[in-house]
Amino acid sequence: MDNYIDIKVRVWRQAGPKAEGHFETYELKHIFQGASFLEMIDILNEQLISEHKDPIAFDHDCREGICGMCSMYVNGHPHGPDSAITTCQLHMRKFKDGETITIEPWRSRAFPVIKDLMVDREAYDKIMQAGGFVSVNTGGVPDANAIPIPKAHADEAMDAASCIGCGACAAACKNGSAMLFVSAKVSQLALLPQGKVEAAARAKAMVAKMDELGFGNCTNTGACAAECPKQVSLANIARLNREFLCAKLKD
Amino acid sequence: MWLKDSSIGRKLVMSISGLGLVFFLLFHGCMNLALVFSEEAYNWICSVLGANWYALVATLGLGALVLIHFLYAIYLTIQNRMARGKDRYAVTAKREGVEWESENMLVLGFVVIGFIVLHLANFWFKMQFTEIMHMCGAEDFAVATFGTVYAPTDGAGMVKALFTTPIWGQVYCVLYLVWLTALWFHLRHGVWSALHTMGFNNLVWMKRVKVISAVVATLVAGLFAIVVLYYLGYGIGMLCV
Repeated sequence: MDNYIDIKVRVWRQAGPKAEGHFETYELKHIFQGASFLEMIDILNEQLISEHKDPIAFDHDCREGICGMCSMYVNGHPHGPDSAITTCQLHMRKFKDGETITIEPWRSRAFPVIKDLMVDREAYDKIMQAGGFVSVNTGGVPDANAIPIPKAHADEAMDAASCIGCGACAAACKNGSAMLFVSAKVSQLALLPQGKVEAAARAKAMVAKMDELGFGNCTNTGACAAECPKQVSLANIARLNREFLCAKLKD
Repeated sequence: MWLKDSSIGRKLVMSISGLGLVFFLLFHGCMNLALVFSEEAYNWICSVLGANWYALVATLGLGALVLIHFLYAIYLTIQNRMARGKDRYAVTAKREGVEWESENMLVLGFVVIGFIVLHLANFWFKMQFTEIMHMCGAEDFAVATFGTVYAPTDGAGMVKALFTTPIWGQVYCVLYLVWLTALWFHLRHGVWSALHTMGFNNLVWMKRVKVISAVVATLVAGLFAIVVLYYLGYGIGMLCV
């Protein structure tokens, strides 16, 4: 049964990329538990604006869990204390009356803070540009059934492709590793015949870019998969390792 | 060199050196088990290994593996801490499905290597090292165990003295059991993680690989623990009599 609750919100405030950040605590009264977490932040921002204070900057777009923009580290969990959802799908019924909720930005050297809770996730785009694609010459559309693909492979590729690139994996990892993201992007193509052709070059290019951008080394703790809003499996990391090592051994 | 410059290459070095050490531990554990059955058999193994050329070569290789595993662990950890950036999280929560040991491998590694130093002082120093000293001309070189000097090939005598001397022997037994517990946790994550890093895993094998890892960890720690527990019982028995 959803009720109205009074909460305290402890938020990371940082004026700009170079500025020193700090926590500030705000009190919020009469928040409906049926409200979404981002609606709660909207209410807080309304309150801040009416007090002539700077509202909290945060990323958000579709608010239905498919764009991968919302990126808050809530009470020690990326996307909050619920599983398999993004921050925008988190509801206030996950919190108790009188609770203090701590909200931090993703903390990763490769994701610098732009302002408050907003981080620059261009690093993931750069990894994609390094090899997360299939080079195909445009032409007539081929018949959908021209290339037979085993159902198991299609399913696994589809599961890997559910990654929305939100950055929760690198944010959750104690090593700041982006392996779950990179492995999902490598797997979704390596499993299919169209992507297999460039699989070795892709794995090498994407891993090289990932290392260059300053992400950490994966130690298989599994924190990424535990926090992934799309439940991308750790098995993808084994596939990336396999693809990369085979490519290197062939050189 | 990609084994140093790429993250997966560095992890591969950790995996291979780690698995190499696991194989050594399995061999060492089986060798120790001889003690429970026959002290003579154990001393025969000691004399076969000693300071022969093949034992020395193997010791050097083993030392290299430990050194590589240790240095890479430090290197990886420094890089991983840097990857978090300037500010660290104020709140970190426990995550379901994330094993405690997987997040504390470095600490467990330090515990293991700290006890290795003690263990080398307890035995290797008095056995192979003493033989090397003798070969180099230092005929009088000898290190005592609780006041008694044992021949470098009398491994059984040393083990018995270290683990069954009243009070101190029991303290050593408990210390060694703490060491084996840390080793068990380290291997329970280490073995499956090494296989995963080498690419030997998928959706179906995920659980199986973890079970294999737990079995190997238990086998290694168990082989050593049997001998320690045997002498702990022996020592306590001697105290009671």
